[in-house]
Amino acid sequence: MTLNRRDFIKAAGATVAFGSLYGCAGDTKGSGNVVVIGGGYGGATVAKYLRMWSDGGINVTLVEPNPAFVSCPISNLVLAGEKTMADITTSYDGLKKHGVRIIHDTAIGVDPVKRTVMLAKSGALSYDRLVVSPGIDFIWESVPGLTPALSDSKILHAWKAGPQTVALRKQLESMPDGGVYALCIPKAPYRCPPGPYERASMIANYFKAKKPKSKVLVLDANADVTSKGPLFKKAWADLYKGTLEYRGNHGITKVDAASQTVEFEFGDKVKADVLNIVPAQKAGLITTAAGLSNVGGRWCGVDWKTLESTAHKNIHVLGDSTVSTPGMPKSGHMTTQHAKVAAAAIVNLMSGQPAPDPMVIANTCYSFVSAKEVVHVAHPYVFNGKEFLVPKGAGGVSPSRNELEAKYALAWAKNIWADALL
Amino acid sequence: MKYRKIALAVSLLGFAGAAFADNSTLSRNMASACASCHGTNGHSVGGTDPLAGMPKDEMIRKVKDFRSGAKPATVMQQLSKGYTDQQIEMIANYYAAQK
Repeated sequence: MTLNRRDFIKAAGATVAFGSLYGCAGDTKGSGNVVVIGGGYGGATVAKYLRMWSDGGINVTLVEPNPAFVSCPISNLVLAGEKTMADITTSYDGLKKHGVRIIHDTAIGVDPVKRTVMLAKSGALSYDRLVVSPGIDFIWESVPGLTPALSDSKILHAWKAGPQTVALRKQLESMPDGGVYALCIPKAPYRCPPGPYERASMIANYFKAKKPKSKVLVLDANADVTSKGPLFKKAWADLYKGTLEYRGNHGITKVDAASQTVEFEFGDKVKADVLNIVPAQKAGLITTAAGLSNVGGRWCGVDWKTLESTAHKNIHVLGDSTVSTPGMPKSGHMTTQHAKVAAAAIVNLMSGQPAPDPMVIANTCYSFVSAKEVVHVAHPYVFNGKEFLVPKGAGGVSPSRNELEAKYALAWAKNIWADALL
Repeated sequence: MKYRKIALAVSLLGFAGAAFADNSTLSRNMASACASCHGTNGHSVGGTDPLAGMPKDEMIRKVKDFRSGAKPATVMQQLSKGYTDQQIEMIANYYAAQK
C-alpha cells in the first residue's frame, strides 16, 4: 500500500483545506471567561500569560483588594532601611494594557457548581474557569495570646508586604539603642523558607550600623535553620557576632502582649522591645470558603499537570496555598512558575485541546545577608507524570556569600516584577 | 483502497501538523520558565542576559556548557541540569525566533 504522487497531492490539498478551517475555528487559542482571585506573583502572572497566550481570546478578570502590587521579596531591605516602599511597589496598570480587567475587591465565596465568585462589595462574577492564588493566611491558634488585632498593631508579622512592612520599620527606627528585636519563626512549611533568616540578617545589618548596642534574637520553632543554613550561620558568625543570636526548637506556648513577653515549650522566657511574631500558616482564607483546602484542612491539593484543584473541577489553585511537593518551596518565584503551567493548561483546555505536558520549572531565590552580599538557592523541577521533583544532582546553593549575586538579586526582582505585571 | 490511502495520508499529515503545532506550544511553554529572570519572551529589563533573538547555536552551546560545568555561572550550572538536549534545543529555537 504505497501512495502515488497524485494521491498524495489530493490528500495534501484536503489537509490544507482542513488545516485552514481549523486555523480559523479551533486554533483561536481559547475563549471564555477566567476569573483570577489574588493579584500577587501568581495571580498577576497567570492573568498576563492567559491574555498573551490566548491572543486576547480569553477574558480575564483579576480580583485584588490592594491598589498596587507590593513585593515580599526585597521587603526585608525596606525593614533595614536599604530600600523604600516605592522600590517594591508596582502598579496594576501594566496588566490593564494586556486587557486584564481589574476589580479592587475581596472574594468572599465561590460556588463551584454555578461557577460564580462572590465579592464583598461588587456582587458576583461568573467564570468558565477560576484561578485562586490568594497566598497564605495565619493560624492564630498557633500563637496563644496573639490575636489578629494585636498582630495588626503591636506585635507585627510583616509576612505580607504592605502597611505591616512600614509599621515594623517604624518600630525598629523608634527602638532605643540597646534594645532587643525578637523574631519568632513558625514550624515549616511556611511562606518563603529563607525569608526569616534574611530578615534577621538585614536587621542585624541595620543595628550594627545605626544601633550597635542592640540585639537580634531569632527564636525558631524549627530545630535548625530551614534554608541555606550553613551560609546564614557563616554570615552571622562573621558579620554579626554579639548582635545576632539564633535559638532553635523555640515553639511558642504563650504571648503576653502587655509585657511583650513570649514563653516557649523549651527555653527561657523572652522579653523584647520589638516583637515580630510570624504565626504558622495555611492556604489563603478564600480557599476555606471555597472548599479547596482539602489537605489536612490547611493546604490545597492540585493536579500538578494543570494546577486544577483536586476538590473542584474548573478551579485552579496556585502558589503558597497549594500543598507543596517534596523540595518545592512556597516562594514568589515558584508561584510564577505554577502560574505558567496553569496558563498553558487553561489556554489549551479553553480551546478544546488537552492540557500539555508541563514544562520544566525552576525556583531561584536570593537572600541578602548584608546590604552588599547575597546567597542563593536554585533548583529545576521536572514533572514525572504526577508531581514536580528536583532531578538528582541538579540545583544547589551559592558556594559562599558574594557581592555579584547582590546585583543579580536586584536584577531578578526587576525582571520578575516586569514578567508578572508589565 | 484509493480512499483508504488518501485517508491515511490526511491523517499522517494531520498528525505531523498537530505535532508541529504542539511542539511550538511546548517550546513556548518551556521557554516561559526562563522569563522570570530573563524577561517576558526573553526581553530582559536589565541585569540578566536578554535571550530574545539569541542565535540558536549560541544558546545551545552556552546552556550545554553551563550544564557540563565548562562555563562558570552562579545559578545556571545548577538549573541547566534539569533540561535534556531536546528541551534545550526547543528553548533555543523559541528565543532565536523572538524579535
